[in-house]
Amino acid sequence: MRLRVNPIQCVAHGLCAELLPEAVRLDDWGYPIVDDGDLAPELVDLARRAADACPTLALLLESQRK
Amino acid sequence: MSPAAVIVERRLPRLLSGVGERSMVGLDDHVAVHGPLPDLRRVAPEQLIELVEAAGLRGHGGASFPVARKLRAVASRRGTAVVVANGAEGEPASKKDRALIRQAPHLVLDGAAVVARAVGAREAIVAVSSEDQKGLRSLDAALRQRRAARPRTDPKFELFEIEPRYLAGQESALVAALNGGSAAPTFGPRPFERGVRRRPTLVQNVETLAHVGLIARHGAAWFRQLGTPVDPGSALITLSGAVASPGVYEIDHGMPLSELLDAAGVRESPAAVLVGGYFGTWLPASVAYEVRLAAESLADYGATLGAGVIVVLGPEACPVAETSAVAGFFAAESAGQCGPCVNGLDAIASTVQQLATGTAGQAALSDLERWAHDLRRRGACQHPDGAIRFVTSALRAFAPEFRDHARRGPCDRCAGPAVLPAPIRARGQR
Repeated sequence: MRLRVNPIQCVAHGLCAELLPEAVRLDDWGYPIVDDGDLAPELVDLARRAADACPTLALLLESQRK
Repeated sequence: MSPAAVIVERRLPRLLSGVGERSMVGLDDHVAVHGPLPDLRRVAPEQLIELVEAAGLRGHGGASFPVARKLRAVASRRGTAVVVANGAEGEPASKKDRALIRQAPHLVLDGAAVVARAVGAREAIVAVSSEDQKGLRSLDAALRQRRAARPRTDPKFELFEIEPRYLAGQESALVAALNGGSAAPTFGPRPFERGVRRRPTLVQNVETLAHVGLIARHGAAWFRQLGTPVDPGSALITLSGAVASPGVYEIDHGMPLSELLDAAGVRESPAAVLVGGYFGTWLPASVAYEVRLAAESLADYGATLGAGVIVVLGPEACPVAETSAVAGFFAAESAGQCGPCVNGLDAIASTVQQLATGTAGQAALSDLERWAHDLRRRGACQHPDGAIRFVTSALRAFAPEFRDHARRGPCDRCAGPAVLPAPIRARGQR
């Protein structure tokens, strides 16, 4: 699984970086920069929670293919 | 605009054959110059895709994507496909697509007919900037000639006027406009998956289609008689800046850049050459005289030919002022949808302007470096990536000039006429 941000939806609430600092940091304007590549297996549940918590549903948790 | 010119060489011109000073090559002359297009109803779609694959044709809209792969991606989707000929040409320094549309519209329409057959599309939309009324008139005249001559092999053609914005030619933005929205990039399914009216949609640059029109006539081996193994065939180049004869040239991929510069009359030794347009790379003069105009050679310097824009910066121009103007243009031309693009490009433009005017703080260069790193691949489209590429390439190529401006402020050349057009000058850029 990997994280992706829909940059059009995202309005920089910043919840994702609070809930998942292991894989998300914020840029100078508070918009998330998510780690490239596979999430460590132990982070997947936390990532799902962060994605669900995003007020604009801009944080996406996607499976590999694509 | 100056008439399309041609490098004199045995096997060139191809796309510009018969064009000369003509305002438009009519259907009769077009067939006399290139021969008739084969009857597409007799060729299997897969055969056409294989032909394009064997030719090794890559897109001429900027991304150099292999055309056969795109054809196959669209052809393999369920649902009847739609073809979009992309003639939006939003890049201010590019003129080759409009030259082709105006002067050789039948070649573009031939290519659109071929790819329509290849992907099973029954309709093809030709999108042209609303600023290019001459091009729209040419296409309109060409379509009337075709309908009168042989209506059966062509798809149903439609002309579409697109707003004259930098991003209007971006694939997903173009599709959004064709679907009735504004020409802004979208996030989500790509046009080949879900495009015009939710159908699988093939978007191809008009020059790319013109090459297809010739490949369908003469074959893959003929196409590969010019160019290099990775970059076969010819290409249209829009050459501008400090040259005696700016304009649109057709070149053999692999030709030394120096040969083009000599032919176009580069007067003095240039300060630098921008290759690949506004999403491109600055080459210092020493490199410009080494490099060949093919993917293999340009890759050594981190450059690509992109949409074929080459701008020569003469010794009388100020590279810092030019960079600042284009950075402002990038910020102003953001579609304004994605936070990283809106904030990042604005910050980059302001900081570059501060460097140019000698008002930047100590952290300016490290800020630019951080933003360049952090903004990568964070927009819905490649706009921020292109802007970063341009600015970082300029900072590298003109490091001494930037240092000098940061310390002493504007130079004597800063007030001179702009070489790189930046039509929308936001927030007092120059």
